[in-house]
Amino acid sequence: MTTPARDPGLQPERTRLAWRRTTLTCTVVTLLAGRQALHGGAGPAALIAVALTLLAWLVFLRAAHLRVAGTATAEPAPLSPRLALTAAACTVALAVFAAAMLF
Amino acid sequence: MSGFPRGLRLWFAPRELREEGDTPDYRFSLANERTFLAWLRTALALIGGGFAVDQFLPGLVRGVRTGLSVALLAAGVLCALRAVNHWVRCERAMRRGEDLPASRFPAFLSLAVALVAVTMVVVVLFGWEGR
Repeated sequence: MTTPARDPGLQPERTRLAWRRTTLTCTVVTLLAGRQALHGGAGPAALIAVALTLLAWLVFLRAAHLRVAGTATAEPAPLSPRLALTAAACTVALAVFAAAMLF
Repeated sequence: MSGFPRGLRLWFAPRELREEGDTPDYRFSLANERTFLAWLRTALALIGGGFAVDQFLPGLVRGVRTGLSVALLAAGVLCALRAVNHWVRCERAMRRGEDLPASRFPAFLSLAVALVAVTMVVVVLFGWEGR
């Protein structure tokens, strides 16, 4: 019945906040991407670009949400490589859409 | 980056990573995770910068603008991939009780950012704006 003591360094909280900051940054980049896509009018290509960007953002959001929920315990398990890879893949996807929209 | 192919395999094989050595103190893993997230934010900031150069500098010559934008985006992609790789390598080193891997990437990234900044200074000073 002994619950593990709270970490005095608040490591899980700091990690959750780091995920929130990263999600916020991702949101800003997504908004910039949407602005870029719709700059030349809302043609079919632009709408597809916006949809793909939104998809990348949602996948990132889900990964962050899973991890934030996973660190709610006193001694959370390490981050799974799959989540790390998912977050990085969404970042790369945003860059690739950006490069595609430049031309 | 020595051992890159081995590290690459670990990206996709979480079980293999978990079988190596002992699970470190959870606080070390969380610190490693926050470092990974900080690198990911750096990558996102570079990508955002790539968007911003293209969107908010319409006066720049098209070639310079596109070049800067692509350079920033490429740096962002590299940074994101390196973030995962470094995170995996640190996690593995901690599990095995080895030293944390050294990396030249921060030096390369700061040189690249300095190069972009110098380019911008040159553009501003010599006024390469135009259509």
